[in-house]
Amino acid sequence: MKSVILSTASRLVHPLLLMFSVFLLLRGHNEPGGGFSGGLMAASAFVLHALAHDAQTARRALKVQPQTLIGAGLLAALAAGIVALAIGEPFLTGSWTSFHMPGLGEWTLGTPLLFDVGVYLVVVGVSMLIILSMAED
Amino acid sequence: MKLLLVLPLIIPLTAAGLSLLVWRSRVAQRAVGLIGMAALFVVAVLLLSAVMKHGICATQVGDWPAPFGITLVADTFSALMVLLAATIGLAVTVYSVGAMDPQRESFGYYPLLCVLLMGVCGAFLTGDLFNLYVWFEVMLIASFVLLVLGGERPQMEGAIKYVTLNLVSSAILLSAVGIVYGLTGTLNMADLAGRLRQIEMEDAGQGSFVTAVAMMFLVAFGIKAAAFPLFFWLPASYHTPPAAVSAVFAGLLTKVGVYGLIRVFTLLFVHDIGFTHGLIALIGCVTMVTGVLGAAAQNEFRRILSFHIVSQIGYMILALGMFTGAALAGAVFFIMHNIIAKSCLFLVSGVAHRIRGTYELSRLGGLYRDYPFLAVLFFIPAMALAGIPPLSGFFAKLAIIKAGLDIQEYVLVATALLVGILTLFSMTKIWAEAFWKSAPQEVDHQPATTAPRAAGYDRATRIMLIPVIFLAAMTVLAGVGAEPLLGLFSRAADELLDTTRYIRVVLEVRS
Repeated sequence: MKSVILSTASRLVHPLLLMFSVFLLLRGHNEPGGGFSGGLMAASAFVLHALAHDAQTARRALKVQPQTLIGAGLLAALAAGIVALAIGEPFLTGSWTSFHMPGLGEWTLGTPLLFDVGVYLVVVGVSMLIILSMAED
Repeated sequence: MKLLLVLPLIIPLTAAGLSLLVWRSRVAQRAVGLIGMAALFVVAVLLLSAVMKHGICATQVGDWPAPFGITLVADTFSALMVLLAATIGLAVTVYSVGAMDPQRESFGYYPLLCVLLMGVCGAFLTGDLFNLYVWFEVMLIASFVLLVLGGERPQMEGAIKYVTLNLVSSAILLSAVGIVYGLTGTLNMADLAGRLRQIEMEDAGQGSFVTAVAMMFLVAFGIKAAAFPLFFWLPASYHTPPAAVSAVFAGLLTKVGVYGLIRVFTLLFVHDIGFTHGLIALIGCVTMVTGVLGAAAQNEFRRILSFHIVSQIGYMILALGMFTGAALAGAVFFIMHNIIAKSCLFLVSGVAHRIRGTYELSRLGGLYRDYPFLAVLFFIPAMALAGIPPLSGFFAKLAIIKAGLDIQEYVLVATALLVGILTLFSMTKIWAEAFWKSAPQEVDHQPATTAPRAAGYDRATRIMLIPVIFLAAMTVLAGVGAEPLLGLFSRAADELLDTTRYIRVVLEVRS
């Protein structure tokens, strides 16, 4: 199923979808969004790629193995919990740090974001693993 | 101290994550799995010794105070169960290094095993009812995949029954948790215990409602524990995956269901003991008898063992139903004995399968002549299971039977003794068929002229024997050291019966 329209569109939409997924991830901390929906959005970008071309191309576009994404995601989410242990708080307690970035103003980073990044990676990994193995079958 | 409570969850998760990162290398996955399980075992030992020293301990995850957040709590019973889970996890991982086929290893066997262990430890450590459900799901999903990993036809057939029944039980459990929340407005088990007593006192009419919810928990955990009448998924599925997976399932999964039963029926639902616990004792009896009779009709190594899991779950439930300190101590002893002996037997069945290529008793045989050491390794846990002194099973059964005599439940005691004899019958059957009788001609592919009488074990089989030896030795030690162990189990039982300490520790900690 080769369609010139779809493959051209996917080339344009693919980066947009990926950027939107990151936007959802970052927005999710206080507003609707988050790692799960962001991850699904990112996975859908690669699914579109797979539909426009084929599963192998999508796998190549993903660059890393889905399993690696799942593993890295699990470890990132776990690290978010361990940070709290390292500073003597109970496991998974949220902690934040503020710093000043020249030109960009005051920034606050917290472990919930790291946890969400972990969720994001796991969701991308799991969806891609399921979809690619079904598509390649 | 607080760290020890979360490490049994962190370690398996880290190991699972790391082994996914080294997906392509089977050797690296094995190493990660082994190191992870060894670390889990060490932490479990430390946790138990900490609980022994300081009493019940708890931590509030995410620093949310007790009735609102999720509490992790370890009393002696939980800590013991975590230690047993870690022991089986380590033993099975070592065994798998020798036994597991490359295909299963490269499709995520070790990460799944780690996730399974995380689910089991989480269920033992959580102090929150909904969280308990979540850990059950973690454990079940990992077990679903482990059950079908490899994709052989009988595996699929067994998995359909296993998955269906377990999903039904999860749905019932979730509904019951929902109703409890609607009734009381809390999910923290320690808080719930107090609220349920309060409801009892304020309005007697609500009492029957609480009993109805208790029955939902009984059904949900009963299915997971493979109690009568909804046990048939277990003998239908446990003999289908490789022996290592069977062993970890047989040793741990049903016992998590039993743990759930013991936890909710000592901490939460103790308002109408005559009815609820009387029913539990009855179910225990029927489960024992059906399991052991089912086993007598089987002729396949692992199917016999599977039916015996059902039968032995009966003993544990029966002891819970008696609901005295001595009986609960006996139940904890029995769980310990059963986890070790049962996993050991399944691992032995795997070794026999590796040597002879079959689990069918009619085609096995002559193992005693060719592999006397393996025969001894089977004999020890088998006799422990049948309750022959001085092995662990004897003292476990003795504790339960003595507790039954103390409260003059002679029918229950008579049933337990009768089932013990029938267990001995099944074990002798395996012994006679697989080990004692001479090997049938068509499978005797090592005629005495070419191979020496005492056929050797190859390297993989030797690795498989290490955990078997370890578990068999533990069975013997648990029998010889029954006295101090019983002290430990009595302490666990005291903590289960005297819920005030548990409630105080959970609700008052501010970290």
